[in-house]
Amino acid sequence: MHGFANPKRFLSLARWLTPLLLVSGLVVTGAALIWGLYFVPPDRLMGETVRILFIHVPAAWLGMGGWTAIAISSLVFLVWKHPLASLAARAAAVPGMVFTAICLVTGSIWGRPTWGTWWVWDGRLTSMLVLLFLYFGYIALSQAVSREGGSSKIPAIFGLVGAINIPIINRSVVWWNSLHQPPSITMGKSAIDATFMIPLMIAVVGFSLIFGGIVLARMRTLLAEVQAEARLRRKALG
Amino acid sequence: MTGSGQTGLKAKHQRLVLVVIALVAIIGAGLLAAYALRNEVNYFYLPNQMAANPPEVGQAVRLGGMVQEGSLETLQDGITVAFVVTDQENAVVNVRYSGILPDLFVEGSGVVADGRLGADGVFVADELLAKHDENYVPRELQELEQHKAAETLAATESY
Repeated sequence: MHGFANPKRFLSLARWLTPLLLVSGLVVTGAALIWGLYFVPPDRLMGETVRILFIHVPAAWLGMGGWTAIAISSLVFLVWKHPLASLAARAAAVPGMVFTAICLVTGSIWGRPTWGTWWVWDGRLTSMLVLLFLYFGYIALSQAVSREGGSSKIPAIFGLVGAINIPIINRSVVWWNSLHQPPSITMGKSAIDATFMIPLMIAVVGFSLIFGGIVLARMRTLLAEVQAEARLRRKALG
Repeated sequence: MTGSGQTGLKAKHQRLVLVVIALVAIIGAGLLAAYALRNEVNYFYLPNQMAANPPEVGQAVRLGGMVQEGSLETLQDGITVAFVVTDQENAVVNVRYSGILPDLFVEGSGVVADGRLGADGVFVADELLAKHDENYVPRELQELEQHKAAETLAATESY
């Protein structure tokens, strides 16, 4: 843990891990999507619309996973004061926001033919939209802090408080009657036939690899920014 | 040297305890709020909830449940359909709707009806939304029950 918090060791690891994650993620995702879009039979009721599943579900999980990463990094930053943890939280925010947006858009496209409506204000859809707005707030706040100056603790606290939305999203379809269906995949069993399940899980792995690659690439950029700024400041003072 | 190390460790533990207490408080508050909202956040009434606590006649509400098998019929005007919405507790509500039915609207599937309860106890829907369940089954297996489908798959795979 402490070893990886060393920026130099992190950079030497990230230098080869970033392209590895991105390339393998693209290959795996591409294979899963070709399988899902061309070789999977239509669903008994939804027909061809079922194929949106292969983008919607990984995007939803990674949208929630992005905020979980922000919350854990924020906790590590607040308690152990690792500077890299603060960067990791900022790095996870943008891909998390993009995947949340993809989840909302694909879900809406799926909802029109399946439910007969683009949008309803039920528990699941509303809490997912709140997650997107939390990402907007977090990104604006952390950028303001890094540009205008201020304590990095502020976005970290926001990241931790916002994490309360994650279990609410997860439980929303169980606690409340909602138009969105209850979870298909729970611990140890799945209501999704293996025909759909195998390409779905491969897509989840592929999208997760891409997510990890983007986070590492962004962490390297943010780290370079911090170092360039410190160097400029030293020059100005020296 | 050892003294400063010890205070450093202490401050770290102090922060950890503070953050954990704050997190527990936030999660507790969130869960309490979610619990208090459990009825208000429901997107629709189930038939047994509607029977136990009927909304006022003419008040806009949503009703959700399963379309009872064999209950769907088209009335004489040709565009109005009547059906029965049921739940697991065997409460039923009669529903009438005039308009185009969603593709996924079939007997035995989930439905959410937007409308109002009439004075005669029949729920008049303005809009129907089909509610998809959590099962995803390819067309080839649709004739089989869910568990039968799994057994068939297991059997064919073992050969």
